[in-house]
Amino acid sequence: MNLVAPNIIPAIPEITLLGLACLILVVDLFVEQHNRIVTYLLSQASLLIVFILTLSTFTGGETQFTFNNTFIRDAMSDVLKMGVYVAVFIVFLYAKDYLRQREMFKGEFYVLGLFGVLGMMILISAHNMLTVYLGLELLSLSMYAMVAMQRDSETASEAAMKYFVLGAIASGMLLYGMSMIYGVTGSLDLGEISHKAAAVANQPLMVFGMVFMIVGVAFKLGAVPFHMWVPDVYHGAPTSVTLYIASAPKIAAFAMLMRLLVDGLLVLQPHWQDILIILAIASMGIGNIVAIAQGNLKRMLAYSGISHVGFLMLGVLTGQQTGFAASMFYALSYALMSLGGFGMIVLLSRKGFEADNLADYKGLNDRSPWAAFMMLIFMFSMAGVPPFLGFWAKLSVLKEVVATGNLLWLAIVAVIFSIIGAYYYLRIIKLMYFDKPEDTQAISADIDLKVALSANSLLVLGMGLLPGGLMALCITAMTHH
Amino acid sequence: MFVDWPILSLVIWLPIIGGIAVLATANESRPMQARGLSLLVAILTFILSIPLYSDFHLGTHLMQFQENTRWISAFNINYHLGVDGISMPLILLTTFMTVIVIVAGWEVIKFKQSQYMAAFLIMEGLMNGVFAALDAALFYVFWEAMLIPMFIIIGVWGGPNRVYATIKFFLYTFFGSVFMLIALLYLYFKTGSFEILAYHQYKFGLGPQTLVFIAFLLAFAVKVPMWPVHTWLPDAHVEAPTGGSVILAAIMLKLGAYGFLRFSLPITPDASHSLDWLMIGLSLIAVVYIGFVALIQQDMKKLIAYSSIAHMGFVTLGFFIAWRIYANTGEYKGVVMGIEGGMVQMISHGFISGALFLCVGVMYDRMHSRMIKDYGGVVNTMPVFAAFMVLFAMANTGLPGTSGFVGEFMVILSSFKANFWFAFLAATTLIIGAAYTLWMVKRVIFGDVTNDGVAKLQDINRREFMFLAILAFMVLLFGIWPAPLLQVMDASVVNLVAHMTQSKL
Repeated sequence: MNLVAPNIIPAIPEITLLGLACLILVVDLFVEQHNRIVTYLLSQASLLIVFILTLSTFTGGETQFTFNNTFIRDAMSDVLKMGVYVAVFIVFLYAKDYLRQREMFKGEFYVLGLFGVLGMMILISAHNMLTVYLGLELLSLSMYAMVAMQRDSETASEAAMKYFVLGAIASGMLLYGMSMIYGVTGSLDLGEISHKAAAVANQPLMVFGMVFMIVGVAFKLGAVPFHMWVPDVYHGAPTSVTLYIASAPKIAAFAMLMRLLVDGLLVLQPHWQDILIILAIASMGIGNIVAIAQGNLKRMLAYSGISHVGFLMLGVLTGQQTGFAASMFYALSYALMSLGGFGMIVLLSRKGFEADNLADYKGLNDRSPWAAFMMLIFMFSMAGVPPFLGFWAKLSVLKEVVATGNLLWLAIVAVIFSIIGAYYYLRIIKLMYFDKPEDTQAISADIDLKVALSANSLLVLGMGLLPGGLMALCITAMTHH
Repeated sequence: MFVDWPILSLVIWLPIIGGIAVLATANESRPMQARGLSLLVAILTFILSIPLYSDFHLGTHLMQFQENTRWISAFNINYHLGVDGISMPLILLTTFMTVIVIVAGWEVIKFKQSQYMAAFLIMEGLMNGVFAALDAALFYVFWEAMLIPMFIIIGVWGGPNRVYATIKFFLYTFFGSVFMLIALLYLYFKTGSFEILAYHQYKFGLGPQTLVFIAFLLAFAVKVPMWPVHTWLPDAHVEAPTGGSVILAAIMLKLGAYGFLRFSLPITPDASHSLDWLMIGLSLIAVVYIGFVALIQQDMKKLIAYSSIAHMGFVTLGFFIAWRIYANTGEYKGVVMGIEGGMVQMISHGFISGALFLCVGVMYDRMHSRMIKDYGGVVNTMPVFAAFMVLFAMANTGLPGTSGFVGEFMVILSSFKANFWFAFLAATTLIIGAAYTLWMVKRVIFGDVTNDGVAKLQDINRREFMFLAILAFMVLLFGIWPAPLLQVMDASVVNLVAHMTQSKL
């Protein structure tokens, strides 16, 4: 028996991050609480390092396999990973003050966050059903623990419990589906499955397995009817953790959808297209309609996130390369907008006060015109009003749906739901601009949070004016799918 | 000397950047600074827009002052601007009315002056963008972005029921526009580009044409607004601050009519032809029924709002009787007159309705009421104002010698060539319009002083005199000498008529 050393080059960023996260775990033990900033800085530095590593080895199209084809590195994985790093970098930045004020400024948050990033990276680069599962579980376990970090808070514990139980069921579903696919094709390798699937595509067990796998992915994405955990977890978790859950994992979940359905089961596209259409319509519908009834901003943004997932799936379900690129653009844009929206909650919260009720936004324009304007940008962007990034995200997926020729009705359904959705975003603007403030306390936040949030909002506006670069990047990243 | 300048970009971006500058230098304690800077930007923009008229080449229907650069190559979207005889007068109207609105909001706005002024400047730039865009995606971006400042204007500085009105305004227009987006995406899918001029040449069957036409209709009919999707307008007008009402009536309503000329008629001529009975019917309902609705209004702003809907009915009537005239006469002359009549009506209504809203604003600032019953005998205490108000009211009824007459007369005249009964119904507006406008004037302006409030009224000050006088001059100028306006639009309209009477099937 020959032992051939695997080519570790494609997985260098993952290996580096694993090492750095373990290092931080150890270093954190020796850091006094008043020096905890060291942990924070090291975590940010780690993200920066892996970003540079990924960027400097960006293949731009060449696909590499390693570890017996269980691990893939292609343009899509590189771009999505960089999106994840940036998102988590912003999360750590926004969360710093918030954690400090609530005595949660501990090393665990950062270590768990970094392990979550590692999980996402593995998920994004998975080319084997076991790798998918490995990445997914690493991500999920980190997130369960993060939600539960505020252990004296009842809502947080409840949210963590709910998240864990439902997440475990979804993982079970996913595994069950994988086992069926394995049973039919005799392989766990997504590349081999896609070769063999054509011959066995008509077997009911194949479609059964696919359905169970979609359940698992839909749960991660938070698509209706597997969305029940989303509002409770977003609401119950500390806002710093909500920031995390609502941004980067959506990018990873999109990658999971791509890996399983496109890389693995593209021949079953007519089957999964129908399922995704139903999921998309249900998500856009339930998400947008129920969001109207929410009085809590975190819950409202949770339902809004569900509706965005519906839109995101519109691109994938076309089964076209350009459609995948459009969905990828949507996932990255949504992560940026979602960070901004939850970032605003962090900005307006202070010690002992959570600015997560809609009423807390009354008269924000009187208190701070700039904060109100930033929120206006995020809200109009999520509503899909130009000239903001969210508009181009919607435009690009709708364009793909229209281009299929036979799904024009779906585009019309989607825009009708986006009109309904506009209402609750407008309500936030109404509270900020047309009402008198109830809370008159000055907004106190560290300068780095203010600057970062300003940059975030200007990016949503700036990329709304010039979205071409990111779009071109997404199209390049998808050329091999 | 201005020929080489990117004038269209300047009239779009100068006010937007100026608006941002006003916001950035905002200082609640020194409102004069915001006002002064805003006025400067508005006047500068107006001056910059003048070369669009003075350097305009008559006799060609081709787009002028074109600018075309790649914007988003992944989607084949260009930053393509240009004007023809149809859009150029509307840009001038926009830059002109914005100056008036800034002056009109001078002392009247008591809080957040800089945000108020900035919102109007940004909106000016966006509206100019809508008129100048030759790329459908660019057009849509401006078209939708425009809602944001208007939403804020009505919601922040509006009347007691402003929140309801502004959300209704936003959702109605958003509802209409998203279907247009689907239609534009469909055309992109078919032609591979977002160029509006390429859509004009694209030939497709009656079925898809009808669907595209209906999608456009939803967007433009809400904006015009046509019966039965007009209900947002009275609410928005009543609650909006004076400046907001002026911009709404003078320019935003024109966007819908402009959309018909730029999109519906040339892109879907056959669908427009086959559905012209619907459009003519809706236009006549607007003219006659809405006229009667205006008659019973108690609130002056609501009355003018309904009168706006009726007048816009004339505009759409002028556009959509085209095929009937062509079928009856077999020549373009009558068709051109109908469309040009609609265009003149658009410009003229911009001045007249703007002026009337300003008049109501002048009274409202003094009495804090828009109700007709709270007034009476205003002429006794405000003689100069009364003279202006009566002039604009007369213009609204279409008195010869005012600009209101020219457009209405041209449309009625050309509708005779289509069908006697169209002309008959359209002409009733001369009676109904006179009835509601003059009855309002009689109750508000004339008669004895009815209450102490009116007795204490001060006549208009120099600032108010200035903007009313300028508008009065414009109304009379285009009433007596509409030729410059007609010359400018002639070549473009003739080309449009030749294009739309040619079947694409």
